[in-house]
Order: sequence, then structure tokens, then C-alpha cells
Amino acid sequence: MSAESGAAKTPAEYVSHHLMHLTSNHDAGFVTMSNWHIDTLFFSTVLGLIFLTAFRMAAVRVTSGVPGKLQNFVEVIIEFVDNSVKDSFRGDRSFIAPFALTIFCWVFLWNCMDLVPVDLLPLFGEHVLGLHALRVVPSADMSATFALSLSVFFFIFWYSFKSKGVVGFGKEFLFHPFGPKLLPFNIILNTVEYLAKPLSLALRLFGNLYAGELIFILIALLPWWAQVIPGMGWMIFHILVVTLQAFIFMTLTIVYLSMANENHDDAEHH
Amino acid sequence: MQASIPSIVGQMIVFAIFVWFTMKFVWPPITKALDERQKRIADGLAAAEKGQKALLEASKSGDETLKSARTQAQDIVAAANKQATQMVEQARADAEAEKARIVAAGHAEVVRELTQAKDSLRKQVGELAIAGASKILKREINAGAHAELLTDLAAKV
Repeated sequence: MSAESGAAKTPAEYVSHHLMHLTSNHDAGFVTMSNWHIDTLFFSTVLGLIFLTAFRMAAVRVTSGVPGKLQNFVEVIIEFVDNSVKDSFRGDRSFIAPFALTIFCWVFLWNCMDLVPVDLLPLFGEHVLGLHALRVVPSADMSATFALSLSVFFFIFWYSFKSKGVVGFGKEFLFHPFGPKLLPFNIILNTVEYLAKPLSLALRLFGNLYAGELIFILIALLPWWAQVIPGMGWMIFHILVVTLQAFIFMTLTIVYLSMANENHDDAEHH
Repeated sequence: MQASIPSIVGQMIVFAIFVWFTMKFVWPPITKALDERQKRIADGLAAAEKGQKALLEASKSGDETLKSARTQAQDIVAAANKQATQMVEQARADAEAEKARIVAAGHAEVVRELTQAKDSLRKQVGELAIAGASKILKREINAGAHAELLTDLAAKV
């Protein structure tokens, strides 16, 4: 595959072409206000719908008797997520557990797109659909990972306000951990702490998958006979990364929301 | 490498819709089924345990019933044996009494017949003695005149 598309382009062109999004216009800035990443939106939505369809099918035909294969599979995932939530989150799980499940499955499916041969869908898009560029791994796009982490960020505040109240949250933000006398330091520390959460969540996932995709692109530049061993090795390693990154994203989400949901006032008075 | 703000917002909206869908239509039915199954398994295990206990109790009470039936049967047999022995004894006693009675009756008959024979013999001997005496006296004795004498004589013989 690489030979065909690589023949017309230099390696640098090949790589940079692979890292270009299918966009609504040609704004090339690092942060764009007007450029839609159509490929990311398309693939992430399709993958999300696959997840929802499969799980909804299982939910419609669900039985408390002997489960079928699909139900069995879905139950394993749901119990796994539910147990992860149960382990750290105290309180009503009717929102956070489905939230964590959606994150896990969606991110997992995003990451799985990295296992599709790098040139397959872009070539199809270029020659059949006439698309100038196509990136198929949503989690290798910051837009997708930040969308998730900012949603998590929003719910961190949601749970904080819910458990501590706006005043309690403000107090904690201003007076913790050094006390009222060192108020500016408290603000700096807490701001960094709060900002670090969505940043690290989004960038960890993005970095891993972006790097993974890049390595696949570089392997695709090798002559065909030299691709097999490194391609296979990276692929096998990537199966681990795909699952692990989805799991890490979900677990950290649960941990952050659990921390936000805990009321520190009680501990303070002891 | 580019972060697209509209894409982020779009993704967040999609994500929100997905989470809402999962929360409404995926999570509750499946966790409900899981809880139900858990309950059914727990109930089943409890029922099995109860059944086993009931079985144990039933076999125990069965043993007891068997034992008491056996004792009862033994009692009945013993009572029957005793009754049979009693009946045999009774029959024997009855038979002994009957025998004694028959023997006594026979004896009485014999005595009676003997007396009768003696009486008739005495009478005949008296008559014979009278006939002999009349022959010896050679004269006819007036039976009417001497009936008293004759009867007296017969009684004496």
C-alpha cells in the first residue's frame, strides 16, 4: 500500500498528508475556530452508534435467565465498569456508571481504528470518494480527546457543587490546602490542580494514539518485505495500548468524579 | 495536528447524547437483569438448602416411624402369641373339664345300672327264695296275704 501512494510522494509528504484532517476549510492554525474536523466527527459518531446499537440490542433482549452471547459480552463489560465505579465512588451511581461505560466503550472503539491498516481508508477515501485527506483514528485528534476531558471537567465541578455547595467549593478552592493566610498560593495550586485534570486526560490519550498512528505510518514507509515484523510487533503491542488507554481514561474519570463527590468538610473537623 | 474548537463542541454534544442514551436505555435494563439474576441464584441456593434440610428431616422422621412400626409389630406379635397360648390353655382346660364330666356321668350311669341290677337281682332272689320256701312248705302262699311279708323280705335281701 505504501509503495503505491509513496511512489508519487516523498516520505515527508506522505507522512504529513497522513496527519492532515478532512476539514471544512484550510485553516492550518494550531487552534482553529472555524475548521470542522469532519473525519473525526464522522468516525467517532459512527463508532459511538455501533457501541449504542450493540448495547441497546442486548438491553432490549435482556433476560435474567440464561443470557445469549451478546448479552453475556455486554454484561461482562457492564459488570466490569460497575465494579470499577463501585470501588471508588460513594453515592448514587445512576449517572456516573453509564457515563464511565460510554467513555470506556467509545474510547476503546476510537482506539481500535488504529488497528485498521493506515492506508486502507485514506486510499479508499481518496480514490473512491475523492477526499483530499482522511484521518480515521478519532483519539489521535485532540478535538475528540478534549471533548471528552472537558465533559469530565464539567462534571467534576457538577459533583463538587453538588456535594459541597457553591460556597463550600469556593471555600475549599480559596483556603485549601495552606489556610486563609496564603490565599494566592491556594488559588494558584488549586487552579493548576484543576486544569491538570482535563489536560492530562486529553493529552495522555491523544499522545498515545497519535504516536501509535505515526509509528504505523513510518512502518508503512518501509519496503513491503520489511513491514511484516515491525508492523506485527507494533500491532500486537497496540492491542494492549488500545485497551489500556480506554481503561485509564475511564478509571481516571471515575477517580476524579469520586474525589469531586467526596465532602472534605467532614474530614476537616476531625 | 490541530485542535478544532467547533469539533470539540460538536463532539461534546454527541458525547452528551450518547451518555444520555446509555443512561436511559442501556444501563438500567441490563443492570436490572443482572440484579434479578443474582436474586434468582440466591433464592435458588436458599431453596436447595431448604430442600436438603427438609429431606434430612423427612428421612429422620421416616426412620422414626419405621422404628415405632417395628416396635408395634413386635408388640402385636407378642400379644398374639400370648393370646394363642391362653386359648390353647383354655381349650385344654375345657377339654379336661369335659372329660371329667363325661367320666363322672359314665361313672354315675354305671353306679345306677349296678344298683338297678342289684335291685332286680334282689327281687328275683326274693321271689326265688319265696318260691323255694313255698315249695318247701308245699303249700300255696297267698300272694295277697303275704305281699307285705314278701316285700319286706325282698327289701331285706
